[in-house]
Amino acid sequence: MAVPTAALEAVLHRHPVWRGGRMVQSPVRAEPSGHAGLDRELPGGGWPAGALTEILCASHGIGELQLVLPALAALSRRDGRIAWLAPPHLPYAPGLAAAGLRLEFLTVVRAPGRRDALWAAEQVLRAGACRALLMWLPRAGYGELRRLALAAEAGAAAVALLFRPLQAAQESSPAPLRLALEPDGGQLAVRIFKRRGAQLAVPLRIPIPRPVHAVGGALLSPAQPRSQAARPCPA
Amino acid sequence: MALCFPRLSLEARLRGRAPLEVVDESWAVVENRSVLVCNGAAEALGVRPGSALTAAWALAPQLRILPRDAAAEAGALEAIATWACQFTAKVSLEPPQGVLLEVAGSLRLFGGIARLMARLRGGLADLGFEGQLAAGPTPRAALWLARGGGETLQALPIGAIGPEPEALALLRRIGVRTLGELMQLPRAGITARFGQGLLRDLDRALGQAPEPRVFFVPPERFKAQLELPAPVMEADRVLFAARRLLLQLEGFLAARQAGVRGFTLSLTHRHKRSTVIDVGSATPHRDTEHWQRLLREHLGAIVLKSPAEAIGLEAAGLAPLAGAAPGLFGDARSEAEAWERLTERLQARLGGAVVHGLATHAEHRPERAWRAAGGVAGTDEMPPGPRPLWLLEPPRRLGEGEFVLLAGPERIESGWWDGDDVARDYFIAARGASLAWIYRAREGWFLHGLFA
Repeated sequence: MAVPTAALEAVLHRHPVWRGGRMVQSPVRAEPSGHAGLDRELPGGGWPAGALTEILCASHGIGELQLVLPALAALSRRDGRIAWLAPPHLPYAPGLAAAGLRLEFLTVVRAPGRRDALWAAEQVLRAGACRALLMWLPRAGYGELRRLALAAEAGAAAVALLFRPLQAAQESSPAPLRLALEPDGGQLAVRIFKRRGAQLAVPLRIPIPRPVHAVGGALLSPAQPRSQAARPCPA
Repeated sequence: MALCFPRLSLEARLRGRAPLEVVDESWAVVENRSVLVCNGAAEALGVRPGSALTAAWALAPQLRILPRDAAAEAGALEAIATWACQFTAKVSLEPPQGVLLEVAGSLRLFGGIARLMARLRGGLADLGFEGQLAAGPTPRAALWLARGGGETLQALPIGAIGPEPEALALLRRIGVRTLGELMQLPRAGITARFGQGLLRDLDRALGQAPEPRVFFVPPERFKAQLELPAPVMEADRVLFAARRLLLQLEGFLAARQAGVRGFTLSLTHRHKRSTVIDVGSATPHRDTEHWQRLLREHLGAIVLKSPAEAIGLEAAGLAPLAGAAPGLFGDARSEAEAWERLTERLQARLGGAVVHGLATHAEHRPERAWRAAGGVAGTDEMPPGPRPLWLLEPPRRLGEGEFVLLAGPERIESGWWDGDDVARDYFIAARGASLAWIYRAREGWFLHGLFA
């Protein structure tokens, strides 16, 4: 019995349908990540818009922001607003500006309580006024993640990136895309352990800009630079 | 068009509460120990306007009574008139229970008489008033029709025209029950028996004599109060009552084609103590929904220590509000508006210091090279060395063995003029798996940022 192909396609293109073996290409709206190697493996060719994405990283300062900054810079250049919710430290304006972000399109919600952070995330996603939301929730239950995932789908297609510690990989999550980041020499090892479509067997190695050589100077030891830092200042 | 409020004396006192809360309770306003007006629940128990208070209590022991408050009634009537100014500039009061609107010039704007009436009725219900509406060719005819609730003047009961009690008794004695029957009486006889007044009113209603009216002048500032019949603690109930006042404000502002940047809501507690809540917005607004959302966040952030007995709303600083032109600027404009509203809501609940924008600032000391200001261009000057994406506030002290230096130093020496001077050598260092921005100062090594 022949099922009309168009109808089948329509069903397959609806949100929750998975097809094993290959990635579902068309229905995901995405913002190119700026890393060609990563875009090839992300459904839709970039960070999904209108769906929750989890980025799990072992610690802060391994290049986790460099992974998402090219996309954010591109969004801000198109006047897209970006909200930073409960970041672990202060997002540093000179560093962000140097990475090409237009700061006037950034808003930071700093150190809210846990419940306030969840509330704010939902507000931001549902308001449809933001192109991207970056949020840090070290502890989040499945129910809370579910609410966030629904809010991300209900909103006006914002890139919703949730940063969590690496241990969260053990817990199940309603986010359709989950990545784990680990440092790998001067690069970043990105393991896509959940996505729509087939699993990715090997981690991607994404080169990220590291400023080590920007200052000049070879590897130093703590004892070596006997500079005049300790000299008293002219008062 | 005439609006008539037969239960005004009750509604003026009770509209601070949601109708659903009051629907099961029987309430009455009492004057001279007899019931002046009562609500539906009381009527269902047999209480009628005019019945003696003792009789009413015999029928309905749970009847709750309020003394008549003429000032509250006058205030309510003025509130209605102020609100109604958005429909026409020609509004006049007809105390004690009526408001007259001259709508001939506004009918096209509002899509005809039926639509205007539906809008008025809905708006009044939201304000907490149940009005009887009627349209007529003359103000007096409209008023009589609104009071009497009939279709034509001829069929109106004679009581609707509000004659003196003795005149009414005499009319009834001679068998005049409707206005039509009164019109058939000889004019000379009416004047002889009832004086000039009745005939003059009749001529005015029929358009045979002019009726000069004094138009209502709405106040310059918006100030409204609402009594809460049962003291409330819950933010939801305060919000409900405040919504009534916000709707009044919206009508007031609509008449002026203006908006406000904020308002003050004051909650009055027992012993004249009060809680004051200031609600503000970056751009002028008059939309009730917008203000209500903001107010909800403000109310959620405070805890009432004692129940509120009345609320008051004041707004000053009217600003012209450009008529909305939806679609003209496309999505960018609506997104910007949605963004602004979102920011206001976040700030209302979380506090202004928690929600902020970012800008760079021309300053050598790294912790001062940024500003928490939004929408500011900042400086284009780039710092000489690499800057991290995370900044630690405050810098965290490091032990000697916690890092491996990779590159540096970058000398930053600044601030001697304001007493907060720094002399630091910044390095890039590996700290575990993280790339860190650390510095050495007189006091030792510190972690100041992370290259994330």
